[in-house]
Amino acid sequence: MANATPKPPASPPLLRVQELSKYFVLSVPWLSRVFGRLSPPILRAVDGVSFEIQRGQTFALVGESGCGKSTVARVIVGLYHPTAGDIYFQGKSLEDPSVKASPESHTRMQMIFQDPYASLDPRWRVRDIIAEPIRAFHLARNRAEMGERVSELLLQVGLSASDGEKYPHEFSGGQRQRISIARALSSNPDFLVCDEPTSALDVSVQAQILNLMKELQRRLGLTYLFISHNLAVVNHISDHVGVMYLGRLCEVAPKRTLFNQPQHPYTRLLLDTIPDLDLSGRRRQPVTGEVPNPIEPPSGCAFHPRCPSVGDRCRAEKPLPKPSKDSIVACHAVEECRL
Amino acid sequence: MTALLEVDRLRIEFPTRRGILVAVDDVSFSIEEGEVLGVVGESGAGKSVTGAAVIGLLEPPGRIGRGDIRFEGRQLNGLPQEAMRRIRGAKIGAIFQDPLTSLNPIYSIGRQLTETLTTHTDLSSSQARSRAIDLLNEVGIPAAERRVDSYPHEFSGGMRQRVVIALAICVNPRLIIADEPTTALDVSIQAQIIGLLKNLCHEHRTAIMLITHDMGVIAEMSDRVAVMYAGRIAEIGPLREVVKSPKHPYTVGLMDSIPKVGQEKDQLSHIRGAMPRLQEIPPGCPFHPRCPEAFDRCQVERPDMMDTGHPRQAASCWKYARTASHG
Amino acid sequence: MGWLKRVIDHDISYSFTRSWVIMLAAFVTLFIIITSVFAPWVTIHDPFNPSSLNLMDAFTPPIWVEGGKWTYPLGTDDQGRDILSTIMFGNRISLLVGFLSVLLAMLIGVTLGTVSGYIGGWLDSLIMRLADAQLTVPPILIALLVNGVARASLMQELQESLAIYVLVFSIGIAAWPQYARVTRSGAMVERNKEYIAAAKVIGVHPGLIMVRHIVPNVMGPTMVLATIGVPLAIIIEATLSFLGVGVPPTTPSLGTLIRIGNEFLFSGEWWITIFPALALVVLVLSVNLIGDWLRDTFNPKLR
Repeated sequence: MANATPKPPASPPLLRVQELSKYFVLSVPWLSRVFGRLSPPILRAVDGVSFEIQRGQTFALVGESGCGKSTVARVIVGLYHPTAGDIYFQGKSLEDPSVKASPESHTRMQMIFQDPYASLDPRWRVRDIIAEPIRAFHLARNRAEMGERVSELLLQVGLSASDGEKYPHEFSGGQRQRISIARALSSNPDFLVCDEPTSALDVSVQAQILNLMKELQRRLGLTYLFISHNLAVVNHISDHVGVMYLGRLCEVAPKRTLFNQPQHPYTRLLLDTIPDLDLSGRRRQPVTGEVPNPIEPPSGCAFHPRCPSVGDRCRAEKPLPKPSKDSIVACHAVEECRL
Repeated sequence: MTALLEVDRLRIEFPTRRGILVAVDDVSFSIEEGEVLGVVGESGAGKSVTGAAVIGLLEPPGRIGRGDIRFEGRQLNGLPQEAMRRIRGAKIGAIFQDPLTSLNPIYSIGRQLTETLTTHTDLSSSQARSRAIDLLNEVGIPAAERRVDSYPHEFSGGMRQRVVIALAICVNPRLIIADEPTTALDVSIQAQIIGLLKNLCHEHRTAIMLITHDMGVIAEMSDRVAVMYAGRIAEIGPLREVVKSPKHPYTVGLMDSIPKVGQEKDQLSHIRGAMPRLQEIPPGCPFHPRCPEAFDRCQVERPDMMDTGHPRQAASCWKYARTASHG
Repeated sequence: MGWLKRVIDHDISYSFTRSWVIMLAAFVTLFIIITSVFAPWVTIHDPFNPSSLNLMDAFTPPIWVEGGKWTYPLGTDDQGRDILSTIMFGNRISLLVGFLSVLLAMLIGVTLGTVSGYIGGWLDSLIMRLADAQLTVPPILIALLVNGVARASLMQELQESLAIYVLVFSIGIAAWPQYARVTRSGAMVERNKEYIAAAKVIGVHPGLIMVRHIVPNVMGPTMVLATIGVPLAIIIEATLSFLGVGVPPTTPSLGTLIRIGNEFLFSGEWWITIFPALALVVLVLSVNLIGDWLRDTFNPKLR
């Protein structure tokens, strides 16, 4: 697979995802299946997605509801089994039996979730929540060591060591996200998957958390896969961006390239929806249609019903990702230089 | 000329056994006919509660402790339930965040529309039905004649919100309270709904009280903006002024902490700390513990809304005490 | 003593002190429990020890009726047993069987419900169909059935000594489905929450996830069910004992006493059956009221 950047990277990517697919078979009542000969519909949540993340960088996946970005995150982290495709972490495939047997890959990869209220067990004390990975991987020799590590983590995320004794409900949304981050860091991971970590937070709190995440990345050499629907946030925090629509990647590009020279029509549509807080009164292209039902995606290119540059090929043939200038774009119009 | 809606020194309280919690404290603003007032604030600032009070849907034990709400010159708070219900259906409409729960799932949307129409106007059922179809067309529902008999669950989120808007405007209300109308929708749909609301309200000269935490939505739609913090209005003024040259330190901090495309900052500026909970609102100015410009008076005395020297822009901040008299 | 202050300050304590009915019910229950626990020391004699009985005192009426004696405030039965003492001893059995059977039902129900709700699939269907099937039969019949089968399979000598355990077992088996159902719905809600996903990402074993995360978070409604289940279990036990298939006559419960006294009801010695019956009503009513209050208190919508 061709690289997104013109010059080859100095070291192999930390994470490489290749033709990853995840299909869900939706349940149909048994009687309908037998008598009505109804075959259960297949939801193609992720359909052939490929990208790479270099060590120490932040790769953002953006898209609207039903695009599959959260599913990609969950497959990578092991919550779902991929239907097809491969995930290579530190050069080794995650399906490789030796990798599966050792818990190493689990310690190296952790996840932060969107809902600060549901991501912490309400009955556990904060110190136990943060120590759960330490316990699971036997990373501390005794309780004293574990307690020290927990205190260290609490300080690292901007809370105080005494907060370990409290329960989650005593904290605000932003503080709970900090606790989630502390938990994710407790096993010394290299790679963090962040599923919309600031979407449920107020704007000023969001700024605090994003700053914290950037600082931690710098200090600990972390690599992030950052899922979001908020393009302004993505612009702030990412190095590379992938735009998804109905389970497929439309465009992958370095951040500046994506925001300054977007190529895929859907990327352009998304960028148009970013609120104009400078009140520049910039003209917007009117947006039409809605995201179609992912169970019955349109034929060919999934975006063709809404695309202002739709052509004949678009309705019939699914576009493949091809390098185009600095980016990788899956679009017939771009390939045919119609844009 | 009196404004369409006048809220005067409104105070909303929640009596609990540990004392009275004040959710909204001494809030005053007005909305002119056809104007869009954006009420922005973070969660817990009191904006939804204010909207609920205006439309008469404040849930007990919440109650209006003090102050007046006047609509078309007539006092709303203290009106008996029946009179409030009539005004609510005919003159003041509402759009809430979740389109799924705003519509009754067991009635077709056509029926919900015609029922509202026949209750509040003298249209006959058949007239109401054709008006319903017109409305659905107006809000952009394709194939309205067919879909008028569909049920809410057969529509997508964006379409449902359009139906809710149709329900809200069907009797030509003078004022619509919209509480987070686009928060549950995808960004591309948000833009469509905002556009729709703007057009409709232009055409029908309907005023909107737009309540949201999303500054982007405010910037797209509002004529004027009120920024709320811990139950009080921190700043109020024309959109352009509040967004581009905010006067209250909270608004300044808020606007600075929003990431903007094209801005290449490594760290976002942020306001340290968090908005205080209702039980822990400090004396004096509620923002003073987090304010980079606080001085002695701020810790002790609660500031009223004051002229900032800019036309029609007021802020509740002691910084402006010297510039003019109380606004 | 900080925790004590927190308990007193808590919303639940507040709602408790607001209702005199509940406070009365709690007091009564506590009184019954204490007197039954300390029965051997509080009563004037052990009514089931034949050597402490005085046949001459048989059929003594209660104190306020002519012929009553101070030593037997509620009268005596045909063997000279003090009714008040028999009630206190009877309470012991009733409470013991009531609590233990609910404990057993909870153990079975919470385990099966958690597994069912968390794992889902065919296991869930299997367990739920079992529960559904059992719920079509009234609990008393189930207890009767299990009891009968257990007795038939036990040897004669063992029957008496194991009777209480058999009873606890049969009532527990009769009651598990409702605990399973309630736990299952809680488990189905919790399993989709992100703290469970976080534990899975860490690689925690599903069994550990269920025990450490799911169970503590679904116990709330189960506890409420249990407090209402105890009086129900007591009634079932009383019924079975009344029918003669419950506890052995050497350790009579309230049900047994009611049965014994029944024979004398129409010959004029009404107190031998009425007082145990009243005691049963008071016990069941008090615990029921507390259960109701607990359920209302824990319902967040009513708060």
